[in-house]
Amino acid sequence: MARAARRASWIRVRPEGLLVEPGGFYVDPTRAVERAVITHGHADHARPGHGAVAATPATLAIMRTRYGETPFGTGQPLAFGETISINGVSVRLVPAGHVLGSAQVVLEYKGERVVVSGDYKRRPDRTCAGFEPVPCDVFVTEATFGLPVFRHPPDEDEIATLMHSRRLFPERCHVIGTYSLGKAQRLISLIRAAGYDRPLYLHGALIPLCDLYQAHGVDLGELLPATAGEKGKPRADLSGEIVLAPPSAIADRWARRLPDPVVAMASGWMRVKQRAKQGGVELPLVISDHADWDELLQTLDDVGAPEVWVTHGREEALVHAARQKGIEAKALRLLGYEEEG
Amino acid sequence: MLRFAHLLDRLLYAPQRNTKLKLMADYFRSAPDPDRGIALAALAGALEVKSAKPSMIRALVMQRVDPELFGWSYDFVGDLAETTALIWPERPTNRAAPALGEIPSELDGLSAAAASEVIESWLDTLDATGRWALLKLVTGGMRVGVSARLAKTALAEAFGREVDEIEEIWHGLEPPYGELFDWLEGQSDQPDMSQRAVFRPLMLANPLEEGDLARLDLSQYVAEWKWDGIRVQIASRGGEVRLYSRTGDDISAAFPDIVDLVSFEGVLDGELLVQRDGEVAPFNDLQQRLNRKRVTRRMLQDHPAHIRLYDILFDGDEDLRSLPFTERRGRLERFLEREQPERTDLSEIVNFEDLEALEALRDACRGEQLEGLMLKRRDSVYIAGRPKGPWFKWKRDALTLDTVVMYAQRGHGKRSSFYSDFTFGAWREGEGGPELVPVGKAYSGFTDEELKRLDKWVRDNTVQRYGPVREVAHGLVVEVAFDSVHRSSRHKSGVAMRFPRFHRIRWDKPVEEADRLESLEKLIV
Repeated sequence: MARAARRASWIRVRPEGLLVEPGGFYVDPTRAVERAVITHGHADHARPGHGAVAATPATLAIMRTRYGETPFGTGQPLAFGETISINGVSVRLVPAGHVLGSAQVVLEYKGERVVVSGDYKRRPDRTCAGFEPVPCDVFVTEATFGLPVFRHPPDEDEIATLMHSRRLFPERCHVIGTYSLGKAQRLISLIRAAGYDRPLYLHGALIPLCDLYQAHGVDLGELLPATAGEKGKPRADLSGEIVLAPPSAIADRWARRLPDPVVAMASGWMRVKQRAKQGGVELPLVISDHADWDELLQTLDDVGAPEVWVTHGREEALVHAARQKGIEAKALRLLGYEEEG
Repeated sequence: MLRFAHLLDRLLYAPQRNTKLKLMADYFRSAPDPDRGIALAALAGALEVKSAKPSMIRALVMQRVDPELFGWSYDFVGDLAETTALIWPERPTNRAAPALGEIPSELDGLSAAAASEVIESWLDTLDATGRWALLKLVTGGMRVGVSARLAKTALAEAFGREVDEIEEIWHGLEPPYGELFDWLEGQSDQPDMSQRAVFRPLMLANPLEEGDLARLDLSQYVAEWKWDGIRVQIASRGGEVRLYSRTGDDISAAFPDIVDLVSFEGVLDGELLVQRDGEVAPFNDLQQRLNRKRVTRRMLQDHPAHIRLYDILFDGDEDLRSLPFTERRGRLERFLEREQPERTDLSEIVNFEDLEALEALRDACRGEQLEGLMLKRRDSVYIAGRPKGPWFKWKRDALTLDTVVMYAQRGHGKRSSFYSDFTFGAWREGEGGPELVPVGKAYSGFTDEELKRLDKWVRDNTVQRYGPVREVAHGLVVEVAFDSVHRSSRHKSGVAMRFPRFHRIRWDKPVEEADRLESLEKLIV
C-alpha cells in the first residue's frame, strides 16, 4: 500500500518558528523575520522587530503599547473572519478566547486547511471573543496545561475564595500577582462580576494595558494606581483593598509598602501546591487563560482534525492522549515559548 | 467536608500564626457538629481513623487512569494524594458528598477492601480540594503546620476563653467533643474532669534579664539546678496514668518505663532525663526517645528514662496549687517518702550565701548536663502560664563563635521579601588552603533594622543563585550564639549546634579573622 503523502508539508519548523513556506511568512516567530502573522500580544508570541505583521487590530495595538510606536515595519490589521491571501496562501483569523485580540490562524493551501491556534481557552471570558472551533486537516495546539492533573475549577469559586478571605481579614490588603496582559483584565472583570465595585489598585506595570482594554470597550470599573509620586509612597491607605501587581512584585521589595498583605496569585499553576508554596503565595487562585486538560481534549474532538501538532507545554502527554483517540500526533518542540499560565 | 477541605487548603499556605488562628477560629465558630469536632481532632492529631495505605490509593487511581498519564502527572506534582485528588476522573454518582463528621465512623470496622470501596465512592462526590483533604485524612498526617496547641488556642479564641481552660479538660475528652463545644457555647458547665488524669497547665519561668538581679531580694528565693532535659507532668488518677509534655502533648506511649511503674495518685512536675547508673546523660540521648509513637525494648534498655521531680500539683485529689512553694516542696518530699515512686528522684535545693556565690555556681554549670539555675520565690503559688516575678531561669552564658555568612534564603510570611535565613561557616584547612565549611543555620537574633541591612547586603553580594538560595561573597562575619555543640554525621562539618542564633553582626571584622572549625570541635560535650 502506498504511503499517504505527509500532511501540510508546506509548513516547516525552523529555528525562527513555524514557517508557511509558499506564503513566505512565519506564525508567531521567536526571532525577528521579514513577514509574520501574530496570534496574540504576549511577548513570547509577539516579538518586536519584524518587517510586516498581520494580526488583529487589538493585537497590533497591544504591540504598540508594549514596544512603542514602531514595533514592526508595517502592520496589517486583519479583522476576525476577513480572508486575505499571502503569496497564494489563504489566511483568516478566528477568535481564540485567550486574551483581547487573540486569534487562531486558519491557513489554506492546495485544498488543505491548517489551524494554528496559538494559546487558547474554552471557558467564557468577558474581556475577549470566545474560541471558535474550525474543522481542519491539521490542528496546531499548545499544551501548557497538558497533563490530566490540570483541570481548572470554576472561576467563580476562586473569586468566592478571594472574597471570603477579604471578609476574614478586613484589615489586610490583598495583593494578587497577575500577568499584565489578559490575566489582569480578566481577573478584574471576574471580580466586578462578583459584585465588587470598590476601586481596584494597580501596580504601575499593569496600567497601560488596562487603559487599552478600556479603550477597546472592556469595562473594568474604577482603577487607581497603587503607588504614586516620585518616591513610590503609598497613594492611599490600602488596608482592606485589593491590589493587582505583576508576579515578580508580589513577594519582593515592592510589596513591602503594602499593609500586611495577603499574597495571592492568579495562575493555572496554582493548582499544584508545591508551586504555590515555593512562590510564597498565601492565597492561590487557580485562574488561567489557557485550556485545561479537559478543554484540550474537547478541542481535539471539536475540530476533528486527523492530525495534531503540539507546539509547547507538556507535549508528550497530549500527544499520547491524542494517539489514544486515533489522531496522528507529534510534538514540534518549538523553543522560546514561555510557561506563563 | 468541603468547608474543612478549604480550611486545610488555606492553613497549608498561611505563613503567619495569627492567620492560622483566625482561619481555624472562623471555622470552629461556624461549622456544624459533629464536623467541627472531627476537624479539631484531626488538626490536634487526636483523630483515630481507619487508615488507608498509599498503596491502596495508588491501586484505586490506577484503575481509572492511564498509567503513562499518571506517571507524568505524578512526576510533575510530586505527591501521591495530591496527584490522585487532581487527576481523579469522577463518575456520575447519586451519593452526596460525605460529611466530615461521619467519615471516621463509616470507615470504622471495615475490612481494607470495603474501606477502599467506600473511599472510592466518596472520591466521586468531591472536588479536587475535597479529595485532597479526604486523602490526607485517611492516610493520616495533615501536615498543614498546625500543632495541637495552636488548634486549641484557636478554639479558645473562637469562643473568648483561655487556652488553659481547654487544656485542663482536653485529655479527658473524646472526638467529636460535643460536651466541649456545648460548654464553649455556654449551653452547659465545663465538663468535670476531677476523676481523670488530665493535663494541668504548667507554671513557667521567665529568663533572668540584666537588671533583674539587682532588684531581687535573693533571701526570698530558692535555687535549683536547671537540668538539660524536657519539662514534663506526670498525672495519675483512678488508675489512669499519663505523661505530658510542657505543651500538654500526651507522650505516655513513648515512655512505658515511666508510666507503667506509677502506683501513686497525684500530679507531679519534673524534668524528664535519660539517666544511667545515677548519671544524667546528654540531651542528645533523650532526644533519641522523643517524637516516637512506639519504643523498642533495646531503646528502653540503652536509654532509660528518669524524672527529676521539683513540684507537686495534686496529692491524690487534693489540689495543692494554691499553697506557697515551700509548703508544696514539703508536701512533695513527704509524698516521695510515702510513695517511693520508681525512676524518680528529688531535684535538690542549691544553697547559696549571696549573689556572688550564686553567680559562681551558675558559671560552673557547663558540661554537666546543667543549663543553669532556677530561682523560685518561696511564697509563689502555682499559677498556669508565665507570670513575671515568681520564677526565673538563669541560664549559663551561651557559647559563641565568629562565623562567615555563606548562603542566604528568603523567609516566610512577613519576611518573604527578605533574605532572613542564613547559613554560616567556619574555616578549616582544605587542599588548596583555608576553606569555609558550613557549620549551621540561623534566622533569629537580629532586629528589624539589622534585617533590612542584612537583606541589602545579601542582594549586593550575591555570587550565585540556586532557586530560592543565594550564595554570597565571603565578606560578612557574624558572631553566633548557641547552647551546645555535638557530633553529627548529617552535617558536612561533622558537628551540629543546638539553637544557633545571631549574637552580633560584625560588619567591621575581616573574614580571615573568623573562627576555625577546630575551635568549635573543642566545645563538644
